[in-house]
Amino acid sequence: MLGFLKKPFVVTAEINMNLVALTVMGLISRLWGLSCPRAVVFDEVYYGQFVSLYMKRIFFVDDSGPPLGHMLLALGGYLGGFDGNFLWNRIGAEYSMNVPVWSLRLLPALAGALCVPLAYQILVELQFSHCAALGAALLILLENSLITQSRFMLLESILIFFILLAVLSYLKFYNLQRHSSFSGTWWFWLLLTGVACSCAVGVKYMGLFTYMLLLAIAGLHFWHMIGDQSFSNVSLMCHFLVRVLALIIIPMAMYLSFFYVHLTLLYRSGPHDQIMTSAFQASLEGGLARITQGQPLEVAYGSQITLRNVLGKPMQCWLHSHANTYPIRYENGRGSSHQQQVTCYPFKDVNNWWIVKDPGMQQLVVSNPPRPVRHGHIVQLVHGITTRYLNTHDVAAPLSPHSQEVSCYIDYNISMPAQNLWRVEIVNRESDTDVWKTILSEVRFVHVNTSAVLKASGFIGASLPEWGYRQLEVVGEKLSKGYHQSMLWNVEEHRYGKSQEQKEREVELHSPTQMDISKNLSFMAKFTELQWKILTLKNEDTEHKYSSSALDWITMDTNIAYWLHPTSSAQIHLLGNVVTWASANVAALVYMCLSLWYLIRRRRKIYDIPEDAWQLWVSAGGFCVGGWAVNYLPFFLMEKTLFLYHYLPALTFQILLIPIILQHLSDHLCRSLLLKSMFSASVVAWFSSVYFVYCTFRPVTYGQPSLSATELKDLRWKDSWNILIRKQ
Amino acid sequence: WDETHFGKMGSYYINRTFFFDVHPPLGKMLIGLTGYLSGYDGTFPFQKPGDRYEQHNYIGMRAFCAFLGSCLVPFAYLTVLELSKSLPAALLTAFILIFDTGCITLSQYILLDPILMFFLMGAVLSMVKCNSCADRPFSASWWFWLSLTGVNLAGAMGVKFVGLFVVLLVGLNTIYDLWDLLGNLSLSLVVFGKHLLARVLCLILLPLALYTATFAVHFAVLNKSGPGDGFFSSAFQSQLIGNNLHNVSVPEHLAYGSVVTMKNLRMAGGYLHSHWHLYPEGVGARQQQVTAYLHKDLNNLWIIKKHDSVTADLSDPSSPVEFVRHGDIIRLEHKETSRNLHSHQHEAPLTRKHFQVTGYGINGTGDSNDFWRIEVVGRKAGNLIKVLRSQVRLTHVATGCILGSSGKTLPKWGWEQVEVTCTPYLKETPNSLWNFEDHINPKLPNISLDVLKPSFAEVLLESHMVMIRGNSGLKPKDNEVTSKPWHWPINYQGLRFCGVNETDYRVYLLGNPVIWWLNLVTIGLYLLIAACTAVTLKRGVQLTPELKELSRVMLRGGGQITLGWLLHYLPFFMMGRVLYFHHYFPAMLFSSMLTGITWDTLLKFCAGLLSPSTTARKVYGGGFLALVLLIVYSFYLFHPLSYGMKGPMASDPSSPMAGLRWMDSWEF
Repeated sequence: MLGFLKKPFVVTAEINMNLVALTVMGLISRLWGLSCPRAVVFDEVYYGQFVSLYMKRIFFVDDSGPPLGHMLLALGGYLGGFDGNFLWNRIGAEYSMNVPVWSLRLLPALAGALCVPLAYQILVELQFSHCAALGAALLILLENSLITQSRFMLLESILIFFILLAVLSYLKFYNLQRHSSFSGTWWFWLLLTGVACSCAVGVKYMGLFTYMLLLAIAGLHFWHMIGDQSFSNVSLMCHFLVRVLALIIIPMAMYLSFFYVHLTLLYRSGPHDQIMTSAFQASLEGGLARITQGQPLEVAYGSQITLRNVLGKPMQCWLHSHANTYPIRYENGRGSSHQQQVTCYPFKDVNNWWIVKDPGMQQLVVSNPPRPVRHGHIVQLVHGITTRYLNTHDVAAPLSPHSQEVSCYIDYNISMPAQNLWRVEIVNRESDTDVWKTILSEVRFVHVNTSAVLKASGFIGASLPEWGYRQLEVVGEKLSKGYHQSMLWNVEEHRYGKSQEQKEREVELHSPTQMDISKNLSFMAKFTELQWKILTLKNEDTEHKYSSSALDWITMDTNIAYWLHPTSSAQIHLLGNVVTWASANVAALVYMCLSLWYLIRRRRKIYDIPEDAWQLWVSAGGFCVGGWAVNYLPFFLMEKTLFLYHYLPALTFQILLIPIILQHLSDHLCRSLLLKSMFSASVVAWFSSVYFVYCTFRPVTYGQPSLSATELKDLRWKDSWNILIRKQ
Repeated sequence: WDETHFGKMGSYYINRTFFFDVHPPLGKMLIGLTGYLSGYDGTFPFQKPGDRYEQHNYIGMRAFCAFLGSCLVPFAYLTVLELSKSLPAALLTAFILIFDTGCITLSQYILLDPILMFFLMGAVLSMVKCNSCADRPFSASWWFWLSLTGVNLAGAMGVKFVGLFVVLLVGLNTIYDLWDLLGNLSLSLVVFGKHLLARVLCLILLPLALYTATFAVHFAVLNKSGPGDGFFSSAFQSQLIGNNLHNVSVPEHLAYGSVVTMKNLRMAGGYLHSHWHLYPEGVGARQQQVTAYLHKDLNNLWIIKKHDSVTADLSDPSSPVEFVRHGDIIRLEHKETSRNLHSHQHEAPLTRKHFQVTGYGINGTGDSNDFWRIEVVGRKAGNLIKVLRSQVRLTHVATGCILGSSGKTLPKWGWEQVEVTCTPYLKETPNSLWNFEDHINPKLPNISLDVLKPSFAEVLLESHMVMIRGNSGLKPKDNEVTSKPWHWPINYQGLRFCGVNETDYRVYLLGNPVIWWLNLVTIGLYLLIAACTAVTLKRGVQLTPELKELSRVMLRGGGQITLGWLLHYLPFFMMGRVLYFHHYFPAMLFSSMLTGITWDTLLKFCAGLLSPSTTARKVYGGGFLALVLLIVYSFYLFHPLSYGMKGPMASDPSSPMAGLRWMDSWEF
């Protein structure tokens, strides 16, 4: 307790000056002139919007990934005191004075700078020499594409940082495993692995690839432990449970917490509301919540309601009718029933109001006490303004002739009786006697006579011609093939009808709803909905001028112009260091060929290299080649628009492989001293060419100084590069 | 149902007319052959499902498919017997396949699936047999089974591309095998080389040769022009008798005033086409549609004009012929409607970032947006443009964009033809290259062009490209309810083969639910048992010889079968094309075999735990009998699914199937 009295209290600090120097160089290279250009660069235009929305606390949905990355960018804006008032409309637009450009770009740049010491540490932990580790760090430091990507408000550098952190902490954990299991540092690195993985996944879904790789490697290591007889069954079980906790349960919890923060921060309604369900919208402040606040919960006979189609594609719409009728003959000569049109209308309108009526009674008001409508009840739906009944019959629908036409029934006194009974089926019911609830219940209307289901056509181009005012088609679907959202409807606005007379009722329909109930979705319900929307929301495939295919990346046949000065020819490109890219490819190739050679020779019991060198070789390859493969190969299967920057995580792993190969070659294949010194000399020469290329392309990496047209032309080393040269 | 497809294609073979299908030709050729042998004359039109066959002789084709389908049972029996050396396991598998309604239904009609499954199971069986001959390599039976594997692989590949998965299975197995041999130090490298060569020969070269041969036969048989012509390039079409490009003679160089058709160079690209219909409101400017159309049509004809000349002086026969040169600025007038090919800065209907292409102007007078610069790929200015052989790019003069076909299908208003756009991205792709195919100019002499003839390798490559493109083109339409891969193993939804109404004779493709759910449970059970066994072995627990044998069967035999199931199931999750329930059946075969092996092992294991051998035998026999009875009884319940139902739908309590509709999604 009082030990310090006997022995002096000594702090010995051991500082690896290599690391410090690397960190400083990394910071200089990434942070130098960070707020220049003071203009919107490339995808900043995209991420910037979200930062603004975070500042204003407005809800949005971004289908490109989970929210952690956006939140980190927004954190930069928050620290810099950004108020969110900037119109992100165009690449190259000047930032106004209120935008703290430096602090917005700070976090990605810091993450990019820290990748340099991380690379050093990873190689050290893979048991390679400090010289090789230094080489890896310097290669990352001088990689132009990584510098460009980390200097702006983009997510890749943050992603790469977390990926490298996850790999490093797993390696630390694994190296500690041998002699000090369950020690403090052991726990720390294990937990950090899980946290870093979840952050990587939280920034971009691409992080999932590295997470899977680490899980697989951890699984493999555990498999070896199972074979190790020195572990008892109990201690094996403990090891297993700890790993499941740290590598699976904690990442999941972290991932959920990102969404929790996201949803807590964004509580105001905004531009993406209509993608979400009515229930979700109602939980946001402003927007739909203002209307639905205080509605009665249970739909009763006599309720006045608007019905929203659950699908919400191609746009959200409400069941609608108006006094016009279907034309007697369509353009293509088919006939119709000539009854009143029923459509799905994408705007709020008084004609969207319907009244739920009991077929057995005449009255259109809610009795006291209200009689709620339950699952399986048969109702009639009366259109509020025209007081006609929703009807369907065996007449072909205007645009989808295989389905039934839906109309509001007009009695022409011909032999076509009204068929206006509908059975209410609550799809998300908990029991068969559930009450039809506002907003919450998703309801299917099954026609009693024909068992057709009320459905909004919902395909692109489902809008009716001129006579239907381009509103969307509504049909009765006869072949109800299972469950589809286009057949589901939910009540959005709702009030209990009170007016006996039609005139009064019209006034009532025009007036806003009132009364008070409140409902809140639980976090999990919100999370599942938002997550599902992020995964399924598909933006239309867009072609982009700088999009590329995965095959172009290894040879860097493509570049991306990020920014061009409005007057001079200063410009920024995403362009890699050519020498590094080429050597990285060669390294991967050499690794695979040598591994195959060693493998086959070992199978024939011929051992070229000592066993411990072989183990190092395998584990280095598992991380570096594995990391490259999992971050690259999946892109061949993806159908979305791809850009060069998607390759950067894979490239980082590939670069780490270069010094590994070099060290291996010099240790095991250069047998004579002469050969060894020649090899070192050529490595030095090669490295200076890396530095030379870095210097050559520095102007287009940092965007300054501005180059002349001939200098730019000289930079165009490949014909497929698109370097912008101003016409004089 | 799909008989309309494959039956029709059988007829095409008999009539020798060329057609296009997304599957390789072997399956349809076999159908055609049996049809021919059994006296079917190829005249039945196969218009729509449900048409009566009347006097046509279709039984032969059906019997052929049914025969192949019934071969599956002995194949599966022998495979399981070989893998597990246990008669009950093999019998159980055989019972499952005999009494599965899905397998019965699928093999009763003229479809490709029974043929595919026949070859697939054949390949698996011969692979397994070959493995068990491994102790006497290079013996006669070893060679026989090895080459039979190769033949079956070629067959599976030749019927449907799904056969690729079984190729993968055999490939992985072979690599494992070779790796084993390599580690065997008692074998010299020369012997190993022999092993390697034998496998390369039988499993790579032989199947490839056979596969190519089926295509050779396919092209040799189908030598008449037919409905599939438009999918292929001009050079390909010139080989078909009856096609207007066969032994064609056209003026060689393009001249002003010529009437031409232009074909997109993309595989299965269409002809540049226009018609009187306008783009609908809201889709760019309301001008005449320009599309790419796969079929030959008068609306594909365009007249080449100078950009500055009037119509009159070209029709004058006395004026000298003036050739179009590389780099000229031209106007293209649509012959039927006399409108000019036109583009402007409105967005294209589907590809939003491209410009819209329309037909504009009346009787050939338009504006400066009608001017296009014509350029031949890789040529200098001033050269003449050759019909058929020059690859041409049309650049819009005013906006600098390039005429191209995006390959996307327009909605109903565009008659489901292919979108044509003007792309501002100046990348060199076949999408934006065209060649001139027909060329009519009375003032020029016709020259016969037989230099076009493509080599067999080119033809093979092209037909594959077209097939792959056709396959990936089968995308589900918006809002269409399609079958998802996760539906399949749980037997979520079947496929209606024929008959909708109450009075019709109805057949519904649905697996016997008892069997399928048993299969599903077994997969989970297998994974659990295999994991336990593997961990036990890894921990070095000493096992009795019987248990060792059991775990070997589980891990080695079961592992192979599980790998087969995974390979035939998982890839479907990544496919973008339309999927159907019947795609699961190859995987279902593997899953049934796994069921046989797993339950047999499990029963043996349970029986082994009981000490007196009489009780053990009783438990074992009883369990086996219970499983068989369960399967047979469920077949008795569900057999009307495959042998046809009449009367009211199952939702009606009076129907014979009432009470059997266990899932709401079944529609019988």
